[in-house]
Amino acid sequence: MDSVLSEDPVALKILIAGGFGVGKTTLVGSISEIKPLRTEEVLSDRGIGVDDLDGVEAKTTTTVAMDFGRITIREGLVVYLFGTPGQERFWFMWDELSYGALGAVVIADTRRLTDCFPSVDYFEQRGTPFVVAVNCFDGADQHSVDDVRIALDLDDGVPVMLCDVRRRASAKEVMITLVEHSLRTLTAAG
Amino acid sequence: MSETPRWLDEDAGPVVRPYALIRGRTRSSGDNLDLIATVSAVGEPPADLGPEQALILRVARHPISVADVAVELDLPVGVVRVMLGDLRDHGLISVSAPAAAGSRPNEGILKEVINGLRAL
Ligand SMILES: Nc1nc2c(ncn2[C@@H]2O[C@H](COP(=O)(O)OP(=O)(O)OP(=O)(O)O)[C@@H](O)[C@H]2O)c(=O)[nH]1
Ligand SMILES: [Mg+2]
Repeated sequence: MDSVLSEDPVALKILIAGGFGVGKTTLVGSISEIKPLRTEEVLSDRGIGVDDLDGVEAKTTTTVAMDFGRITIREGLVVYLFGTPGQERFWFMWDELSYGALGAVVIADTRRLTDCFPSVDYFEQRGTPFVVAVNCFDGADQHSVDDVRIALDLDDGVPVMLCDVRRRASAKEVMITLVEHSLRTLTAAG
Repeated sequence: MSETPRWLDEDAGPVVRPYALIRGRTRSSGDNLDLIATVSAVGEPPADLGPEQALILRVARHPISVADVAVELDLPVGVVRVMLGDLRDHGLISVSAPAAAGSRPNEGILKEVINGLRAL
């Protein structure tokens, strides 16, 4: 790289989490080109303790597709989006994804609010900045936003907002709210 | 099989055996490659490279993320990491960690991201 502006390229990642069918894929697709990224889930731990030297491990794996999106802010500054299922069995991916992550969007559906509890717990424990986006299935309203905040027992600082993940403008607003929240968290931490 | 044997010594550069690269392995030096680390092809690819490895070097002619390589090859990330680890061990790709991984992204960058998102 003999470019004059030889600043190191910066890559950031944002996680999109939430329960089954809550709108993760739709959100990623609304603001970026979406591609399926294949990962492997280890189904059994029988490989542990098996010597690697024979070259074959007794692991059973199944492929899990994650939503993968990319937003190029400018050359050398890219935001990657990863949408992962919220169930605990997928946490093997989350540990990696949340490392160094800028933040996370937890999508909530008021009809099945408990589905997003594991995601919220997870990010609270990891200290990953997150926002809760209430997807407006069946006319969720401002009232639902307040209910969600109480039901999830969120810290005051955690933004909760209504969204329609099918609309690009709404999806954008969610992302902006998250990055602003990350920025506040960052400056507060000094 | 009937190819003229090639001289392979220290000066001949890296030798990468086709397919032997990942068969049966689930661990390699590529394990720690971040999904959003950037890889770039470097050096001269040897002639006897496996098709997947050759494809990786082709898609990595311009810097590309590990995740994007997996998407391009339509292979699971785990397999791609093993191949990338080997290619790196053979000096055929260079890897640069995402500047923000593990450390906190700076304020200026985040402001830039916010403005960039607004402008989308
Ligand atoms: N009515 C309505 N439908 C929505 C909304 N958001 C998403 N959908 C639909 O709900 C369905 C599920 O959305 P997805 O984006 O696939 O949800 P997901 O979280 O990726 O689902 P899984 O990956 O299966 O967990 C799709 O058919 C969407 O079109 C919304 O705001 N309102
Ligand atoms: Mg989905």
